[in-house]
Amino acid sequence: MNLTDKFKANPALLWSGVALIACALAVLPFVLAMAGTTWVRVTNLAILFTLLALGLNIVVGFAGLLDLGYIAFYGVGAYTYALLASPQFNIHLPFWIILPIGALAACVFGVLLGAPTLKLRGDYLAIVTLGFGEIVRIFFNNLSQPVNITNGPQGISRIDPFSIGGFSFNQSDIIFGLNFSGPVKYYYLLLLVLIMVIVINLRLEDSRIGRAWQAIREDEVAAQAMGINTTRVKLLAFAMGASFGGVAGGMFAAIQGFISPESFVLVESVMVLSMVVLGGMGNIWGVIVGALLLSFVPELLRHTVEPLQRSLFGRSLIDPEVVRMLLFGLALMLMMLFRPAGLWPSKVRKRELTEE
Amino acid sequence: MNPLLEVQSVGKSFGGVEALCDVSLTIARGEIYGLIGPNGAGKTTFFNVLSGVYRADRGSFRFNDAPLNVRAPHEVAAAGIARTFQNIRLFGNMSALENVMVGRHVRTGAGIFGAVLRNAATRAEERAIHERAWALLEYVGLTARGNDIAHSLPYGDQRRLEIARALATDPLLLALDEPAAGMNATETATLRSLLERIRADGTTILLIEHDMKLVMGLCDRVAVLDYGRRIAEGAPAAIREDAAVIEAYLGGTLA
Repeated sequence: MNLTDKFKANPALLWSGVALIACALAVLPFVLAMAGTTWVRVTNLAILFTLLALGLNIVVGFAGLLDLGYIAFYGVGAYTYALLASPQFNIHLPFWIILPIGALAACVFGVLLGAPTLKLRGDYLAIVTLGFGEIVRIFFNNLSQPVNITNGPQGISRIDPFSIGGFSFNQSDIIFGLNFSGPVKYYYLLLLVLIMVIVINLRLEDSRIGRAWQAIREDEVAAQAMGINTTRVKLLAFAMGASFGGVAGGMFAAIQGFISPESFVLVESVMVLSMVVLGGMGNIWGVIVGALLLSFVPELLRHTVEPLQRSLFGRSLIDPEVVRMLLFGLALMLMMLFRPAGLWPSKVRKRELTEE
Repeated sequence: MNPLLEVQSVGKSFGGVEALCDVSLTIARGEIYGLIGPNGAGKTTFFNVLSGVYRADRGSFRFNDAPLNVRAPHEVAAAGIARTFQNIRLFGNMSALENVMVGRHVRTGAGIFGAVLRNAATRAEERAIHERAWALLEYVGLTARGNDIAHSLPYGDQRRLEIARALATDPLLLALDEPAAGMNATETATLRSLLERIRADGTTILLIEHDMKLVMGLCDRVAVLDYGRRIAEGAPAAIREDAAVIEAYLGGTLA
């Protein structure tokens, strides 16, 4: 009997499990705050990357289109927010207006990328998307002349935080005797968005469009013969994935208060893709696990490698960053050797790789 | 005769090779129409031109009393022509049921918003898709296999699943590309009764097949292609006696 059947047989078990997780997630930021606000910030970034991974999962996992420039949409969302809520142009729109605009802008860019590349498959698509990601970043870097839009490599600073009325997300408030610091507030907001995105993903997967994506991934010719307009349906995947990236980007800009083109380099795209692949392409829960792991483990290493070396050798021999990349590379290699379908693979991928 | 599909002097060349040359034929509503010919005669090319995979260089199609402008395969499916493939092309890693559900895509309309909001209309549509898919699996005799992964099914079942998936698009014309290829005698017999039932239920069938016993026993009319040209058309009995057909198949006149 697998987990789903167990839950079906005993709904009380499911609900108590959900309640337990909800409680844990609710108190988590306060527990983390005890170890230092840094950890709340790290968690927030981890959630942002989970949002990104879930967005990319639509394109790569569901529709099977390899996208190596995904971070560009994150960048478009972030810059949209930054330009509309900072002293750069002295525009200060509220966040609940900008986030949808950012999602829409990213969506438009998704279609812009998708439309000319739809005829490409596999490796070729990967190369074009990689180029696209770089082009967008270079634009951010150079759109300071002749008219200064993005402020070039210096980036945009003093970006407005989220605020509703007098309630601002970057200052502490005492509510019910508890100290809600800025990062803690963002944590709850991010959690809310994450839950929404998970629900949207789950619903998309099990829908007419979701099946069409799967069919295209399995056999494009047969999918067309079944009356699926593959051009349209693929564009939809690009657009959906991109809008999630745009929303995440907007939140990133507000949380950091500062963005520059450096946040949107190729390595970031590769990182998000690694999260999707490592966790289990196509399986929403696997992707979440992958994103959280790849966000937290490097931070943990950052905080343990240096002290460990000091206590062992009396001084720091190897730069923590080097150890981080070394272990990351090793982990990826071991994964591909022992669990090629990911830590928590989708049923489909598992079949693909085991039964032939 | 009440024609469902009229093909008028269709031609298709690949470089210097004329795969189809001036092919005309008419398929009547409710019949099983056979298309035969030696290997390389252009049968599959004809299929691909009809289903929009290739574009015809010359000629035209009329389908269901309206001109059929073949531009893209999905438009052909929407017009009411469903096809199967010579080398089975199922969605291998999806379940049998999901394969048939994909076939309903073209007759349903839920989009992104429906999927995300799950409003009453979308839920009703999903239920209808489910029910129809199960009904079609039962129709082709695969009820017990519904939740099995498509590529794990036995060969004959995969063929029948492909037919169920094609039927899910509510076709007026079901075009089958060598459905009996590789089947044993029992499987072919099951297939034959299935095709007869589909015809009896009102769907016209275009059948490309190498199994002459099946074609001659099942089809109302047969057309013969050779080197891209239609060399004969008529009832199976007449085709069997046709001198040009015998020559095409046996490579010379009978002494």
